[in-house]
Amino acid sequence: MKSSLKWALAVALTSIPTMAVAGMVAPDSVKIEDGVIAMSVSGTAGNPEAGAKIFKSKKQGNCLACHANTAMKKQLFHGEVGPTLDGVADRWKPGEIRAILVNSKAVFGNETVMPGFYSLEVGKNPRKDLIGKTILSAQEIEDVVAYLGTLKE
Amino acid sequence: MKKTILRASLAAFAIAGYAGIATAEPVDEKLTIDGEREMTVKTKAPEGHPFDEVLSGWLFRTKETRALEADSFANPGMLRVEEGEALWNKVEGTAGKSCSTCHGDAAESMKGVGAAYPKWDKDNNRPINIELQVNKCRTEQMGAEAYPFDKGGQKPLTAYVKHQSIGMPVAADLTAGEMQKWWDKGKEVYYTRTGQLNLSCASCHEQNAGKYIRADHLSQGQVNGFPTYRLKQADLVSLHNRFRGCIRDTRAEYPKAFSDELMALEVYVTWRGTGLSVETPGVRQ
Ligand code: HEC
Ligand code: HEC
Repeated sequence: MKSSLKWALAVALTSIPTMAVAGMVAPDSVKIEDGVIAMSVSGTAGNPEAGAKIFKSKKQGNCLACHANTAMKKQLFHGEVGPTLDGVADRWKPGEIRAILVNSKAVFGNETVMPGFYSLEVGKNPRKDLIGKTILSAQEIEDVVAYLGTLKE
Repeated sequence: MKKTILRASLAAFAIAGYAGIATAEPVDEKLTIDGEREMTVKTKAPEGHPFDEVLSGWLFRTKETRALEADSFANPGMLRVEEGEALWNKVEGTAGKSCSTCHGDAAESMKGVGAAYPKWDKDNNRPINIELQVNKCRTEQMGAEAYPFDKGGQKPLTAYVKHQSIGMPVAADLTAGEMQKWWDKGKEVYYTRTGQLNLSCASCHEQNAGKYIRADHLSQGQVNGFPTYRLKQADLVSLHNRFRGCIRDTRAEYPKAFSDELMALEVYVTWRGTGLSVETPGVRQ
């Protein structure tokens, strides 16, 4: 696919994240095999710049709540509940990063405190307006996967 | 000139915020209020506790916040305790009584009470905390209305009663009535993951105590300072309000104040802080 076409698609998809789109995998149909999700869950490639915004945003990924990331040192307050994500792309392949984001428990085990960002396996009594909803949309997952792909040492 | 200093200190702040790792441990300090009353902010955990040592939330706060609690003139919660004292002596209800009509001088009659609650309440066959005990006295003895949750004089009066036990070790009696059963139920609540974020109390206050979660330094989530004075809210915060706030942060629906779930949690979490001094009113961020 020409990269300009990819971009156009990515933009179109972020504006309609909850609609079923050809190539998009619903959260309860995602298959994680050996800690890997090989294919994009949105059917499109992610946009690393959009991913960086989602990563920082308290309302979206809020990844900084738990992870330090030197590439974002201008942001105040990096958490330390999870490991620093410096060089994360050297440690994990994109398919592995995607699986960690979609459902961290499938990779790290049930004890992990990292939320599953595209999973319907949630805790008890989720807020009523969030029932059946994932923290991030399929395209937002792909955007963050693309962003983490830039974090090389 | 001023601007430069401000900028420099902002930069230092940014670095400290970013490199939280260096300062993440709780401080190793003693809390002595007004230079004379020594508090137990660190002590050996009771049998069967997941930690070796229980630590007061005070140890996890900044130097400035810690200093506020160490000086009862500077502690903004003390003004609310004084309001509580006025309510203690105020006649309300059809029986023409105040708290002091029956209990006299709180400094004597309420000493130790705050350290021993929650207690088993035979009449209602469930645990009772200070807030509910105050309401019981109001409705059954004074002919006054129960305070609604967090309203009326509930927070200042609770703080006043608990403050009479300041410095005394938290020691709820789990052998009375069915307290043990409620402890079990509270433990279950403590370890149950809730909400879209799928986190339990233990995810933050047991697995990650001592670490930063964004700008917040996670403590063991102890209850010995409640009602605490929260600088962010510039007000006293009740224990059940705090419980509900933490549950809400997991993106879950939260139980009603004084519900069975939260009373059980109060019994269990109080036990997790056994031996810490009552700090009411603690000062927190
Ligand atoms: C509530 C805490 C929390 C949040 C929020 C969180 N994580 Fe994590 N994350 C963890 C923990 C803890 C681990 C370590 C795995 C384990 O041992 O459980 C981890 C591990 C990871 C890893 C593997 C890192 C490595 O080097 O091994 C990646 C990648 C990751 N997280 C990405 C993210 C991204 C991206 C977000 C936001 C969209 C995020 N995390 C949000 C807690 C969190
Ligand atoms: C997502 C993380 C998170 C979860 C889950 C969580 N808390 Fe908290 N809690 C915090 C933060 C942050 C604070 C403020 C810093 C501190 O005192 O630890 C706090 C503070 C508290 C305090 C006040 C401590 C003090 O010294 O004043 C109590 C009590 C408490 N939590 C109990 C609980 C209980 C009980 C649960 C489960 C129902 C729970 N928390 C779940 C993050 C959490």
